[in-house]
Amino acid sequence: MTNKILIIGAGQAGMQIADSLREEGFTGSITMIGDESQLPYQRPPLSKAFLYGEADEESLEFRNQKFYADNNIELVLGDAVVNISTTENGGVATTASGKTIEFDRMALTPGSVPRKLEIAGSDLDGVLYMRSLADARKLKERWEAAKNVVVIGGGFIGLEVAAVATKAGKNVTVLEGADRMMARAVCPFTSEYFKNAHERRGAKITLNARISHFEGANGKVSGVALEDGSVIPAEIVMVGIGVLARTEVANLLGLELANGAILVDEFAQTSNPLVVAAGDAVMLPNPTGSEGLVRLESVQNAVDQAHVAAKTLLGKRESYHALPWFWSDQADIKLQIAGLSTGYDQTVVRGNPDEDSFSVLYYKNGRLIAVDAVNHVSDYMAVRKCLTNAQTIPADAAADSSVALKTLVTA
Amino acid sequence: MPKVTYILPDGSETTLDARDGDSVMETAVKNGVRGIVAECGGACACATCHVFVADEFADVVGGPGEVEDDMLDGAVTDRREHSRLSCQIKMCADFDGLRVTIAPKQV
Repeated sequence: MTNKILIIGAGQAGMQIADSLREEGFTGSITMIGDESQLPYQRPPLSKAFLYGEADEESLEFRNQKFYADNNIELVLGDAVVNISTTENGGVATTASGKTIEFDRMALTPGSVPRKLEIAGSDLDGVLYMRSLADARKLKERWEAAKNVVVIGGGFIGLEVAAVATKAGKNVTVLEGADRMMARAVCPFTSEYFKNAHERRGAKITLNARISHFEGANGKVSGVALEDGSVIPAEIVMVGIGVLARTEVANLLGLELANGAILVDEFAQTSNPLVVAAGDAVMLPNPTGSEGLVRLESVQNAVDQAHVAAKTLLGKRESYHALPWFWSDQADIKLQIAGLSTGYDQTVVRGNPDEDSFSVLYYKNGRLIAVDAVNHVSDYMAVRKCLTNAQTIPADAAADSSVALKTLVTA
Repeated sequence: MPKVTYILPDGSETTLDARDGDSVMETAVKNGVRGIVAECGGACACATCHVFVADEFADVVGGPGEVEDDMLDGAVTDRREHSRLSCQIKMCADFDGLRVTIAPKQV
């Protein structure tokens, strides 16, 4: 009998597990521990609306204080689990502040931390990352005074911050180590568009960048030195070179890992039968039904996998099948991705990149598997609906941009 | 604070005080009103906060913007005449007493 559930990690996935447990009718105790002191909050706006000043800290909160009281969810904030042990039927966790929490079942939703760039000068003030509200506050405090912003890493986070900075009239340079932007997520065509689009909006972009060290004075960063000897002035350096799964608690429990992330099955079950895990820190069976394990760093995955994890905690096993989707707002460019394009063998481009509106459809063995849509919501929604219903759109017909995609959907 | 009433798919109603400037979606989600999923948190990227605005408020609230209009075309519950994504309706004094019906299926 499950009466006491402990959730470690108060981000999107942890929040959703707590909510889903109540929605499923669970009446036992729920304790959720988070190491930040704020009420659990949304991260995606940190690099967008929050930085623009369109969203304040309160508006980022998932739920208000009253919700947690009304739903009998005990929040332990600004604290972290330092010790944990389980037996066959339950376990006990001890926190840094000395709290002892007993549980019957446990959910692990620790999220991830930014990968650090460890080079000379990386501890200078002004070398920043973007993951938490604390990170975003640091960036905001330095924002007004900064004329020169260097973004290291041409991925989603880096480009989102670059877009805000360019719009604010700052000198922006993006340094990407690979030969194209967002190489892990999109095809070369989409990468090329984003390079051109950010350049047209005023950013300088260097691909194949080789960074030597940071320069500074009085403890503050003043520039980024490249291996060719050049120095790019910077009062702010935003490093966005990927994230690492947090596995501290998983390691205390001796859970099985895969590629540095917590391994789960299609029920969000870890190698410990009492423990489920969900969100960014997890390696899971591909939820689209294709072979292999994937790690999905997205809101959609955190939410949908959390539903599955909550059900597993309550003994209502339901395997995780969902269409991954994702978005990134970069100034006036709205990128929406549905499906996973890994392993594609054909692409079809619709619309016109020069007019900042197009989509790329990805095919594998003749079947549609994913879309990148740039300011092209109708194509995005058509593909999302089509893939959710396990349908396809013939590639030759899709190539005619004048025909609405939703009219071309077939079994 | 302007009031907004949510009519849930089961017919029950919840009335809340909205913070001025908060969206109809945020007001619901923060208070734990079920049925509005809002996975993207208000970025107009997911179409999971679909509501039907009551007829008497349709004019004052107005219709969807261009992006929202395309998102609504793909919403899981078919759109109706006064369909809106509730993340795009910001509460203000003019909307006091607003009534919205939550679409039965969001995902």
